[in-house]
Parts: sequence; C-alpha cells; structure tokens
Amino acid sequence: MIIGEPVPPSGAFGVDAIAMTMRFGDFLALDNVELKVRPGSFHALLGENGAGKSTLVKCIMGYYHATEGDIIVGDREQAIANPKDAHALGLGMVYQHFTLVPAMTVAENLVLARDDVPAVVNWPKEMKELEAFLARMPFKVPLGARVSDISAGERQKCEILKQLYLKRRFLILDEPTSVLTPAEADEVLGMLRDMVVKGELTILMITHKFREVMAFADEVTILRRGKLAGAGKVAELTPDAMARTMIGAEELTVQPPRTGEAGQARLELAKVRALDDTGAVAVHDVSLTVRAGEIVGIAGVSGNGQRQLVEVLAGQREAESGEVRVAGDPYRASREEMRCHRMSLLPEEPLKNACVGGMSVADNIAFREFDRAPFASGGWWLNRGAFRDDAKKKIGQYKIKTRTPDTPISALSGGNVQRAVLARELAGDVEVLIAANPCFGLDFAAVAQIHAEIMAARNRGAAVLLVSEDLDELLELSDRLVVMFHGEFVYEARTSEADLTVVGRHMAGH
Amino acid sequence: MADGSIGLWTVPLAVFGGAIRVSTPFLFVSLGECITERSGRINLGLEGTLVMGAMSAYGISYLSGSPWLGVLAAGITGALLGALHAGICSLPRVNDVAVGIALMLFGTGLAFYLGKPLIEPTAPRLPAIDFGWWSDIPQVRAALRVNVLFLIGVALAPILYWAFRTTRWGLLIRTAGESSDAARAMGHSVLLIRLRATMVGGFLAGIGGSFLSLFYPGSWNEGLSSGQGITAVALVIFARWDPLLCLWASLAFGGAAALGPALQSVGVTSGYHLFNAAPYILTLAIMIITCSPKRTLTGAPAELSITR
Repeated sequence: MIIGEPVPPSGAFGVDAIAMTMRFGDFLALDNVELKVRPGSFHALLGENGAGKSTLVKCIMGYYHATEGDIIVGDREQAIANPKDAHALGLGMVYQHFTLVPAMTVAENLVLARDDVPAVVNWPKEMKELEAFLARMPFKVPLGARVSDISAGERQKCEILKQLYLKRRFLILDEPTSVLTPAEADEVLGMLRDMVVKGELTILMITHKFREVMAFADEVTILRRGKLAGAGKVAELTPDAMARTMIGAEELTVQPPRTGEAGQARLELAKVRALDDTGAVAVHDVSLTVRAGEIVGIAGVSGNGQRQLVEVLAGQREAESGEVRVAGDPYRASREEMRCHRMSLLPEEPLKNACVGGMSVADNIAFREFDRAPFASGGWWLNRGAFRDDAKKKIGQYKIKTRTPDTPISALSGGNVQRAVLARELAGDVEVLIAANPCFGLDFAAVAQIHAEIMAARNRGAAVLLVSEDLDELLELSDRLVVMFHGEFVYEARTSEADLTVVGRHMAGH
Repeated sequence: MADGSIGLWTVPLAVFGGAIRVSTPFLFVSLGECITERSGRINLGLEGTLVMGAMSAYGISYLSGSPWLGVLAAGITGALLGALHAGICSLPRVNDVAVGIALMLFGTGLAFYLGKPLIEPTAPRLPAIDFGWWSDIPQVRAALRVNVLFLIGVALAPILYWAFRTTRWGLLIRTAGESSDAARAMGHSVLLIRLRATMVGGFLAGIGGSFLSLFYPGSWNEGLSSGQGITAVALVIFARWDPLLCLWASLAFGGAAALGPALQSVGVTSGYHLFNAAPYILTLAIMIITCSPKRTLTGAPAELSITR
C-alpha cells in the first residue's frame, strides 16, 4: 500500500473506512465502525439521529480526525487532514444545511466553489462555460438568479450540480431529499443513479427514507449508537428488517387508534395575510377551518409561507390583514386568550421558538402557568418547590432524559427538548393544538411518542393544525390535507382520498 | 463681477466645497468599514483608528517632512489596530461590538497621550489641486481646491464595487460575510479572511484620519474628530453596504456638516449650533425613514452580529 498517491484521474472509485473510532472527550461517537463503499455503487448509510452517521462522513471528509482508523480511497490509504485534501482526491459532500451563499447568484456560487478561482473573474467567459456545463446536465437551474430567490428544491439541485461542476467522483449526500417533493427526489436521485450506472460516480447517501433506499441504493450500512449494526445488499433486505436493525431492542410508544368524529369549528382563519422579514407577502389571504377532533395537515416544501403562518398563530408575527377566530372569538395571540381557549403550540425549532435555553427544564416546563397557583402566590411570589415537583412529575411521565430538573434546557438533546415542550403544552386539556414540524431531526422513539400524543389529543377532542414538511407524517396523522404553495392553499382533500402524485404536483406548484 | 456680489449663492457653493472637504474622512472610513462589514465583522473602533491615524500622520509628516509618508504611516497604524481588533475577535466568545468600543477608547486615548508633543509644531500639509483657476471669484476658487486624497477616495468607491463582484477576494469576503458555514465548507479560513478585511478597513480609516490632520482642518489637536469615525460606521448601514452608495452618503454628510459654517458666512448666525447638528438630524431622519421593526435590512451581510 502506497500512502498519499492520487487516485486514478477519471471514473468512479470506492472508499473504505476501517476500524473507525471517534472520541469526543468522554463520549464515544464511533466505536470500531467499518464502511465499505464499492466503486461505482450507490450506497445508503442508515441510522437514527446520534447514531454517528454524520461523524463518520465528516471523518472521511477531513472535518474530524478519527481517534483511530484508516481511510482508503481507491486502493490507497490516505491521510485526509482537511476538506481541501478530500476535494483534491475527488471527494465531495452535499450537506444537510445548505452551503450556498443566499445573497449571491447561482453562477457566483458555482465559480466561487472552485479551488482555482481566478484573481479577476471574467464573467462573460465563465457564463459561457457554465451554460455549456448545464447543457450536459439533466436538470436546469437559473444561473443569474440570487440563491435566496429560488426554491428549496432548486437549491438542492444547485448543491448537487456544484459538486458535479467541481468534477467530484465520490459524492456524499447528507439527507439530500428532505426539502424535495417526492417527484423531485425521484428526479434528482434517478439522475445520480444513471451517473452511477455509467461508472462516472460513486454515491454514499445518508438517509432515513426506506423508500429511497429500496428504489435507488445497491448496498446499505446501518449504524446504531456509534456501532456498526448491519450491512448488506439492499435486494436482500426489507424495510422492516432495516428498521429493526436501526432501532435495536428499544420499545416504541404505540399510537392510539383514530376514534371519534370531527365536531364544532374551533380554529378559523379568514383571509389571513402576513409578510416575511423582507416585507414580501409570505401568506396570501388564506382561509381555513379546523374543527374539534380533527387533524388538518398543511403540506408544502419549506419556505412557502408555513413558517410565517405558524408565527402569526403563535403571536410571533403580526398579520397584515385578515382574521383569526378561536371557538368563535377573535384571537390576537395574547397569553390570556391562549389560556382561556386552552391553546397549545409545538413550534419548529423548539429550543429557539418555545424555550429559553439558559433557564432550567423546570422553569421552561412552567412557562404557561408560572404566575398562577400552585406555582405562585398572589401572582408574584414564586414557589420554587412547586416548579420542581411539577417538573419531576412530567419528566417521568414524558420520559424526558435530563440529569436534574434544574439543568439548563439547552443542555438536552433535540428529542428531549421537544418532550419537555410537549409536557408543557399537552399537560392540561387541549382544545386547539398547533404543531409545526414537531418531529424534525428526532429519533424513532421520540417520533413515535410525539405522534401518539398528537393523536391522543385529537381523540380527546382537540382541533389540531399540523404543519409539516414530512409528507409521510401528514399522511399518517391528518384527517384532512391542505397543500401550501407560494403562501396560498392550492389543494385540499380528505387524507384517505388524497392521491400522492397529485399532492406532490401541487407542492411543486404545477 | 466683484467680490462678494454672488450673494446667497455663497451658501450652496460653500456647502458644495464643504461636501468635498468634510466628506473625505467619512468616505475613507466608510469604505474601509464597508470591506470589514461585508466580511461579517463590525469594527466600531474606527473612531479610535481615525484619531490614531491623524496623530501618526501628523507626527511622521513633521519628522520626515513628507506628508505622503505621513499618510502611509497613518494607513499602517490603522492596519495594525485592525489586526488587533481582528485578533481579539478571533478568540472564542468575544463580541466584536464590545471589542470595537474598547478599541475606540483605546485608540483615542493613546493618540492623545502620544500626540501631546505634536500640538505645538507645524507639519507639512498635503497639497491640493486647484480646479478653480478659471474663476475670479475667491469663493469658487476656495470651493474647488480639491485634495488628492478625495480623488483617490472617489476612484476607490467604483473600484470596490467592481471588486466585490469580479475578483476572487471580493467573492471570498462576501462569502465569509454572508455564510461562514459555506466558506468553511469550501475550505477557507473565515478568521483569516476577516483578519485581512479588518486590516484593510483599518488601513483606509487611518488614511481618513491623515486627511484630518494634514489637510482639513490641518493640525493636530484633541478635538480633531467630532465623531466622524463612528458616524461613518452608521453611514455604511444606510448605504446598505454598497461602496457607491457610501460615496453619495459621505458627500451628503459632508454637505450637511458644512451647512452651519456656510450660513454663518452669509450672516445667518441664529441657530448656528442647530445647523451644525444637521448631520445628526440627517442620520436620525434617514434611519426613521428606512428602518422598520417588521423587516430586516436588505443588503445586510447575514453574519454581521448586528443583524443576527
């Protein structure tokens, strides 16, 4: 084995990670993990959040230096000290969070990504070359548009095109389809699959969507809690078997069956209009009624006004016009109205939108009721003992993993932050529940628990508005499905009658 | 036409001349700060850099006899102060606004301390180009005596505008300012880019200071800068981080600052101090008109700590 020699100049090559161990202080993120990606294959890397998938690929890309273990690129062992070394070997990565610069144009982003950006860029010449490159590619992106102005799907295509433009031949994709509609996902993955079949590219894709693994991947490696849990050919595996390998022996909360019929109208939106931070109209005169005992799901690719709509309902943003009514009364998102109508909110990014990171778990759990008995006497004297007792009860009930009730909530993992918010929001009787991407980035156990709680709230007669970018989640939970595109509701159907291809088309704006 | 017969025309003429004279330090500091802020860092210490630049330019000009060596010294002093700011800000959990305020006080204090012996002597001043030779009217000739530094600054604005879009360094600075994640993913060192951008920003701010002591007003004393450095930082914000708009904003500020003296020269003496406050009233007015609590500033570099 020769160390440090470059890989062959063209075509796909494989990457092996051998006996990888990565330690962050006391925490063992990777424990003797092995990954073999054959040249010219489409390899899926499965695992729950925190299983070590990202750590493993970051070791390959040179962001982290593994405590132990070797990386073999092509047939040669390589010491990859930083991402530049990895790029020089032909390895590229598409990150889960976008790495395009939003304020720049697509063309600027592409040229900027090169290792040899000229000191003075000759734009007419570069544009001609970029157009010639795009002509060879199966999908198109607008070169002159600012990245902030194009859709999430187009941005993801740009990210992938950028890697191909840089002539990367081993591509790592970190959950590449989370912002795409199913049809867009199939288009992008299908095109990459074609390049793999032609032998131009090797792909390692991190994902949790079994549908995509079954449809596009040749082989799969499954991690669990930093250890190799399984590997094999996709053709010889079933989604159930892969899921079991991922989760291990952990018990999942069983979701209660859907019971009861929808009742009175509880939450009514009439021609609600809201602006985004730049002053453009984000929510365009939408009207919607959610009745007691039903879950209405709002589907849509992120960035189509869902966030601003939820912010209006949460009181984080003022509506420009229109009206929101709860149980017939005008609603302006004051604390008093929320309490009197028993409204609950599970906003996205709960640590940012529903918690004060530096305050304790107990304090955060008490936010809704902290100035009332038994937490306070006379509305101002706080009884710390009551905070702790209530928190202890809910920590047990909602299986929140925290060292003590006094631990700052920002020290908890994402799933446990969401469980703490759940404990606060769903504690009493809930009449209206608004949830936005409640399971984003959470592991199976947390997802199952949150889905079960949402369904239970519905069965108890709550009106639930569920905004989600995960179509599978919406199909599983909602009674009615609404698609939001460019700030408008463009499609509505009973979930039992909804056609997935029609839903996907509306999500993409066709 | 005899002297003084131009009557009320004196006022716009003096405002015009003042705009050119007074705007030069604004222009250099704001262009420098524009570079620094586009890289994602705010340097509030430029007031201190400006005063240090004025002091060192005056000192070197006095000692060497060459005002241009003074300008260079001011630039180097500014770059060193920029490096100090960037160096401290590279440390974890350091807030660049707080460091900037500390360096503003440090810079002015150090300049007053080191500059004590420079209050008495007279240093050679920067030359001016006489664009008013064709006119007999002294006011016109006075207004058109333009300093070379002003011309350099005017040329620098479009050059920077071009450089931000078409040079590697321009693109890298913008990347670091808009998305440090993206810059890091491409394998660039954000801290290094910001160090250089802050040093260049300090260099230009130092040159702005040399204009104060070597041309207008043209001497060294402790009341030399009346907050031009800090005003120029604000100016970058409503110039929307655009070098060309920085040029126009600097001229507008220079003109507003020249309003009080111009009115006084035609005999309007009541409210002299009120007219001297014109730049600050202008600042407030522009801020009120252009800012809204409901929207973020357009054009603001996303990594800047004031916009996060």
